[in-house]
Amino acid sequence: MSSKISPLAEFTKGIWKDNPVMASLLGLCPVLAVTNAAMNGLAMGLATTFVLVTSSLIISALRNFIPHQVRIAGYIVIIATFVTVADRFLAAFMPDISASLGPYIPLIVVNCLILGRQEAFSSKNGIGRSLLDSLGMGIGFTLVLITLGVIREILGSGSIFGAAIMGDWFTPWMVMILPPGAFLTLGILIALANWFNDPSSSLTSPRSKDKGAAS
Amino acid sequence: MSKLNLSTRMILVLTLITVLSGGILSGWDSVTKPKIAFHRLEALKAAIGDVLPAHDNYETLETDAGTLYVATTAGSDEPVGIAFTAVGSGFQGELRIMVGLTPDLTQLTGIKVLEQIETPGLGTKIVVDPSNKQNPFWWPEQFKGAHVSPELVVIKNVKPTKKNEIQGITGATISSVAVTDILNAQIIQVKKAWTAKGGPA
Repeated sequence: MSSKISPLAEFTKGIWKDNPVMASLLGLCPVLAVTNAAMNGLAMGLATTFVLVTSSLIISALRNFIPHQVRIAGYIVIIATFVTVADRFLAAFMPDISASLGPYIPLIVVNCLILGRQEAFSSKNGIGRSLLDSLGMGIGFTLVLITLGVIREILGSGSIFGAAIMGDWFTPWMVMILPPGAFLTLGILIALANWFNDPSSSLTSPRSKDKGAAS
Repeated sequence: MSKLNLSTRMILVLTLITVLSGGILSGWDSVTKPKIAFHRLEALKAAIGDVLPAHDNYETLETDAGTLYVATTAGSDEPVGIAFTAVGSGFQGELRIMVGLTPDLTQLTGIKVLEQIETPGLGTKIVVDPSNKQNPFWWPEQFKGAHVSPELVVIKNVKPTKKNEIQGITGATISSVAVTDILNAQIIQVKKAWTAKGGPA
């Protein structure tokens, strides 16, 4: 079960190279839905990270014990337990954030990022590696949510983390806090990230490359 | 474990996981439940305080029209106002509104939208309108002192002249009308229930 990459790389891969949102396009529902303000993005990111890390620890600890045939059912129960813990925690201690995130906290259960990491990583690796992997993925996910939230909140509400930063001259771009603003911002961010990773990719469309390889 | 056959093992493992999960959740629930109930009550008190004139206490009264909150000041049994929640369809989803009425049920003392998923920037002006720098709460504040009979009416493009008229929100007529419709319907129910309980008709 030993992986070839170093523990540090195991942790950092989720933040940039294999970032769940930017590279794998996983868990997009909350990414698009709750990032109309920076604070919502931060809270959602942290709640998801909590569920991801705790589920990964339990599942990697039980990986040799859960029969292969019922693993998904087992994973979902474990994930749902931690999601409920997080949901009740927010409702009890941070009622404002709980109200603004509404149904998206319970919906972490079906975030494919979480089940995806269990299936692809925690069920095959030890507790230490699973901790590093899930922590890195969680932080990578949170950073993207905060970035999207900050951009959309500045343009759509003229504020950042609730504090107004734009003067009276600024007219908020209403579209940025509506669903289309989420798609626009995410598309531009992913395009920038791809261009940064491989500037030549902007010259040739990946589709024509694939066709060339297949024929 | 390997001695057991596969089905038994599957049942055992899943049972164990769900029992542990249930244990964790019931334990956590007993920690968070009082705090959640406390926040709900605080939010309710704050909303009642927002829609009714200054009062010291309120009683809850269960009626056919739902729960009524009858507010009184210290040293007097005369109610200063009656609050209740009204629920109905908005533009995209359910609206829950806390409503305050004078004790004779003729005028509103205030309203507060508690839950809504209206269009941000348009329908959400029923709660707050950040584009109006002088008074972001101009829309809900119109209801303060509005007459509820014969019924609340939304008018467009002109300033209200009658006591039961509410100026609509440009671009969010459906949300504006939804609020007044919900209020009108619930006020009729509350009037009936209040009369049945012996209050002034």
